[in-house]
Amino acid sequence: MSTAELTGRYYDLHEHDHPEGASTALGFWLYLMSDCLIFAMLFATFAVLGGNYAAGPGPKDLFDLPLVAVNTSMLLFSSITYGFAMIAMQNGKLRQTQAWPIVTGLFGLAFLGIELTEFRHLIEEGAGPQRSAFLSAFFTLVGTHGCHVTFGIIWLTTLLVQLGKHGLTAANQRRLMCLSLFWHFLDVVWIGVFTFVYLMGVLR
Amino acid sequence: MADHSHADDHGHGHDHGPAFHASFRDYATGFILSVILTAIPFWLVMSGAIADKQIAAIVITAFAAVQIVVHMIYFLHMSGKIEGGWNLMAMLFTLLLVAIVLSGTLWVMFHLNANMMPTMPKADGMG
Amino acid sequence: MIPTHSHWTPLLGRLGLDAIPTEPIVLVTFAGVATGGLALVAALTYFRLWSYLWKEWFTSVDHKKIGIMYMILGLVMFLRGFADALMIRGQQAMAFNGNDGYLNSHHFDQVFTAHGVIMIFFVAMPFVTGLMNYIVPLQIGARDVSFPFLNNFSFWMTAGGAVLVMLSLFLGEFARTGWLAYPPLSGIAYSPDVGVDYYIWSLQIAGIGTTLSGVNLIATIVKMRAPGMAMMKMPVFTWTALVTNILIVAVFPVLTVVLALLGLDRVFHTNFFTNDFGGSPMLYVNLIWIWGHPEVYILVLPVFGVFSEITATFCSKRLFGYSSMVYATCVIGILSYVVWLHHFFTMGSGASVNSFFGITTMVISIPTGAKLFNWLFTMYRGRIRFDLPMMWTVAFMLTFTIGGMTGVMLAVPPADFVLHNSVFLIAHFHNVIIGGVVWGVFAAINYWWPKAFGFKLNQFWGKVSFWCWVPGFWLAFTPLYALGLMGVTRRTRVFDDPTLQPWYIAAGLGSLLIAAGIGAMLLQFGISIWKREEYKDESGDPWGGRTLEWATSSPPPEYNFAFTPKIHEIDAWADMKAAGVQRPTDGFRAILMPRNTWAGIVLAGMATVCGFALIWQVWWLAVLMLVTVVGTAIFHTFNYDRSFHIPAEHIAEVEAARTAQLAALNKGAAA
Repeated sequence: MSTAELTGRYYDLHEHDHPEGASTALGFWLYLMSDCLIFAMLFATFAVLGGNYAAGPGPKDLFDLPLVAVNTSMLLFSSITYGFAMIAMQNGKLRQTQAWPIVTGLFGLAFLGIELTEFRHLIEEGAGPQRSAFLSAFFTLVGTHGCHVTFGIIWLTTLLVQLGKHGLTAANQRRLMCLSLFWHFLDVVWIGVFTFVYLMGVLR
Repeated sequence: MADHSHADDHGHGHDHGPAFHASFRDYATGFILSVILTAIPFWLVMSGAIADKQIAAIVITAFAAVQIVVHMIYFLHMSGKIEGGWNLMAMLFTLLLVAIVLSGTLWVMFHLNANMMPTMPKADGMG
Repeated sequence: MIPTHSHWTPLLGRLGLDAIPTEPIVLVTFAGVATGGLALVAALTYFRLWSYLWKEWFTSVDHKKIGIMYMILGLVMFLRGFADALMIRGQQAMAFNGNDGYLNSHHFDQVFTAHGVIMIFFVAMPFVTGLMNYIVPLQIGARDVSFPFLNNFSFWMTAGGAVLVMLSLFLGEFARTGWLAYPPLSGIAYSPDVGVDYYIWSLQIAGIGTTLSGVNLIATIVKMRAPGMAMMKMPVFTWTALVTNILIVAVFPVLTVVLALLGLDRVFHTNFFTNDFGGSPMLYVNLIWIWGHPEVYILVLPVFGVFSEITATFCSKRLFGYSSMVYATCVIGILSYVVWLHHFFTMGSGASVNSFFGITTMVISIPTGAKLFNWLFTMYRGRIRFDLPMMWTVAFMLTFTIGGMTGVMLAVPPADFVLHNSVFLIAHFHNVIIGGVVWGVFAAINYWWPKAFGFKLNQFWGKVSFWCWVPGFWLAFTPLYALGLMGVTRRTRVFDDPTLQPWYIAAGLGSLLIAAGIGAMLLQFGISIWKREEYKDESGDPWGGRTLEWATSSPPPEYNFAFTPKIHEIDAWADMKAAGVQRPTDGFRAILMPRNTWAGIVLAGMATVCGFALIWQVWWLAVLMLVTVVGTAIFHTFNYDRSFHIPAEHIAEVEAARTAQLAALNKGAAA
């Protein structure tokens, strides 16, 4: 092998730019996995402390399942509408890509509103996070999910502005996709919340 | 050309846009399934259709598990194909850890509580 | 909701004049640090270095510079942590026969807590993260990490946490709870002061940085390997880095949650870990060790990789059992999740649980043992060159083995009931952490210093340091093994039994010998920098290295590789050297590189101020900073222009200089 051939064998002589963001999808997914463990720990805490009412009210006294069902549907609707935004993005339709997330955000806000109403109600009844270990764990788990939704809405708003400024660029598409993962991930966490916190709580 | 795709022994490469392709069908299927999978456990608990609480708990857990899988496939588009399977692997690994952490904590704490925190002293008094 | 404090004011929270400590030792230290700090600031201003530091270092996204900054942070904090160690040793050597020692309990408890926290979070972690940052991209033939801005941000978050810990020395106090801050002691009822809040917020801020840096390095290793570098062709250090970062991403969230819950208990009076209202302090212990055990593997796995690289290089042969090394690393990674309970066998979970976790703990020594045998077999019939990195490696192998064996002793639950919380445990974990992590970092510094700076380190003072450190370690910790077997408990300030004193004096002398070793090492760095022309290495490959980082000049250009190498074998650079490959000398193309950014240091600075406000409960400032951080982060996302091209001409220039350098070197060698 000649020197030049050897060099070509060991060095990539015809390299192109490596575009930014090739690792974003994986990196963001890894972040979500670490977030998943945050929720796992909160679930574990709830599982251990969830029965310690400290002679205070328990789930049966506090939880309003129809309200939780309504709340769950808000989150489900927000998910499907965000899905429509992703389809619009794939088809390169900017207007629809901007419109659907607004619907998503409104459903998200509705979800938060219902959750905050529920929290206020509980606190007014004297069932605040300080009342018992069960309530501490409940407020923290559900509240952390709520904080994530809030952050998702802030992110979504930012992204709408950026879509307006730059359109469906590769960078914006990447961001939309990350937010999609984030939003649907919160949905998955909520499945755990309504099953193990609310439904199981009422069953107990 | 695999030449300019960086670090790739898996043979994919151009993942510069979104890493998956979603279809209306996927989202619609996912949505309908998840509505059903949400409604049934709510109905089960609210109506008290299953009298035995343990069985009811197992049933709604099963529904939750199925619904999580549905969301993973139809909303999060999980499959072994995107990112050369790394996403799926990361998720399976995370699930393993979640299982270890949850079951381990419950096991450990159950024994600790049983041994160290006798919350319900017997009537004749434990001292 | 806001805890009523005797002197809480809306403007300054709990901060008041009484926050300034009055103990003479602290005041003298403060005077020293303040003078030193002012001198440093004055010098930087006098030599007009601020703008250079800001442009070239603080805002840099270059993984090499960030790696070096991590190492500097680790070194500075190491000196602080070691000062704490000397204070503990001094106190314990004195406090016999009615002598109360020179540290009161208030101060002593802070010292041992700070020692542990600093050594783990702000010494060992920055050291290993710094090494991974510097070496991994070079070893996989990449030009930077996947998320360069995030890398800068992660570093400054770690630094921000360190700043908070240092601040606690002079403003308020640090936790007096031991390094894991078990409740109920760390709860608000028993620790009403700011100490535990300093602990919580410094670790939270540093922890965010660590988690993000973990995500970053995993993505880098997975996505940015040079063409041809299949997973099973990655250098062993990169492998250990991958498993380490997976562990980081998987367990640091656990720490975040546990500390957050403790913080909620303290500030909002929730009942997670309280004694009443259904809380469970035992849950805290359980949860924090789910993080805590993998953490020790986070520290030790990368240095296993370091030792693997060094052994192969200094024995001039391929590492024995490459694939078994990889599998052992992965197995250790998984097993580290199922052993956590061995830290609290005595808490009372009973025979079934204890025996399960005892057995898994013993099992983990099998893959670790396999690694040791691999290193031994690599040395067997190798042409071993006993340069400093190899000396540290041999010292590690002897010391770590004994530390591992005492670990297996502690893994036996009945034995643990005797040894739990005794100084035997202290001796054990110092044996593995100093003998493993610290010496591994020293080996790595001696090994990669020429790569990072272009000159070798002074051998003489390095050897002096080595011969102080190794016997010093044994002198300092063998007495603790003996004392532990006699039942002496850890964290004890004064002793009743005078027969123990000789042991503690011996341990104190050992720590002085270690101090001499540290002094010699600082001298080694200083002299080497002073005489850098004399120790210059122009080859870029002073040790006969085997992996890709040695294919570059020393220090490597900002783009690392003008052309990305293609990989055909494990030990890619050894393969290239054997094949006689010439560097390409023309046809350079422009290279796309990330731009430096202010965002990392600014965001982390705001987060640190936010942490400070939360510690002192200055709520307005905390809220203001939180809003500012989010706002600034959003503002930063509006910057789409994050990279630039290094023009081909510039690269041609740099590479031509390198070609000339190598040609001169070859000529010199031939003459």
